Amino acid sequence: MTQAPPRQGGFIARNRAAHPAALHPPYKTSILRSPRAALLAFPSSLSEETGPVFGQGLLGPLDADMITNFAAPGESAIGPRIIVHGRVLDETGRGVPGALVEVWQANAGGRYRHAKEGYLAPLDPNFGGCGRCLTDAEGFYEFRSIMPGPYPWPNGGNDWRPAHIHFSLFGPSFAQRLITQMYFEGDPLIPLCPILGGVTDPAALSRLIATLDMKATIPMDSRAFRFDMVLRGRRQSVFENRKEGL
Amino acid sequence: MQDLIETASQTAGPYVHIGCTPNVAGIAMYGGDLGAVMRTGPVQGEEITIIGAVHDGMGAVLKDALVEIWQADAAGLFNTPHERRGKADPNFTGFGRSAGDMQSGEFTFHTVKPGRVPWPDGRLQAPHASLWIVARGINIGLQTRLYFEDEAEANAQDPILSRIEHRGRAQTLIARRTAPGLYRFDIHLQGPQETLFLDI
Ligand SMILES: [Fe+3]
Repeated sequence: MTQAPPRQGGFIARNRAAHPAALHPPYKTSILRSPRAALLAFPSSLSEETGPVFGQGLLGPLDADMITNFAAPGESAIGPRIIVHGRVLDETGRGVPGALVEVWQANAGGRYRHAKEGYLAPLDPNFGGCGRCLTDAEGFYEFRSIMPGPYPWPNGGNDWRPAHIHFSLFGPSFAQRLITQMYFEGDPLIPLCPILGGVTDPAALSRLIATLDMKATIPMDSRAFRFDMVLRGRRQSVFENRKEGL
Repeated sequence: MQDLIETASQTAGPYVHIGCTPNVAGIAMYGGDLGAVMRTGPVQGEEITIIGAVHDGMGAVLKDALVEIWQADAAGLFNTPHERRGKADPNFTGFGRSAGDMQSGEFTFHTVKPGRVPWPDGRLQAPHASLWIVARGINIGLQTRLYFEDEAEANAQDPILSRIEHRGRAQTLIARRTAPGLYRFDIHLQGPQETLFLDI
């Protein structure tokens, strides 16, 4: 690093109303896996304000291309080809550079490549289902994949997940760690999903839905979807009662 | 200054390992899993191993959790370019990620005993590691801290441990030393032993 990053203060308290509650009974697994006691709140320290930083050296040339990163040479995954792209910002509106974006998803038939997966839809021998990339200097990211299929899951008697892509986000601070899911504009399963139903704020829900982005499509090749994400932000340090150098 | 709202969390689901530890899930990718190795060469300080498990409200061990650890090196420095107080041990990443054993569900970190890190007001915190737990059924990732049983004096002065009103709850953050260099840390999502989770 040639230049010190802008001096920032502690993390702004998390707005829990924008997130699903730990306990959301329609999502049955949450019943035994949700803490019941209050969380202990305290101001962030270096332990939460720092985090591992990953460089381009981590990435292989195909990591962000789920169409080919698991495929045999010359082959590609089956399904409608898509580009997913967007920007990772923090709560103060700044792009987050160098954030690690890890994604995983079902194949076009709605089947995951996993030992515990029981859905009868077939595996695609040329689709692994994971990819990753780093955001650029302004926070933009992009990867290529195939449209995941919706799939049934054991919860209620007949629950189906809307088509979705799982996202894990790693900003520069451990306090920013976030896992979420991206959904697709127009999917009629979205309002029926017990997991998504935990997001009770309609605006927060709408921000989980990627929009068709015709400007970024590649003609005769791939449709594009835009999905922006926001990580937690920090106060400006002028308001901090903090010693120099800490 | 634009005020945006953090993206809503969603559960990591049952297949988080495909995305975060694909090699554990049987998908050979990336030349190895991120966070699998914390010590990349000879390290400064005491080498330790932390083993534990995540338990649900009925006491069952989760077999589908993902646990991440982030901590300082033996000198209390973090291995990140944002560290301004000095240069951390280059052979210690400070970051680990464990999918847990497929049979037992136990997570394991081969790490080092962390040094003390300052609190914002300059006081020293007791040696600790930050942990983050996600799994199917967990709607938003859980943050907690691991402190060490054999650091009683430092623990007594720690700004966080010392402000927990219920002593029993503070105990949920203390890893037990089961052998030299070996610590046990169990995370309970619910019940009388429910781990103290943090809102940082
Ligand atoms: Fe899924």
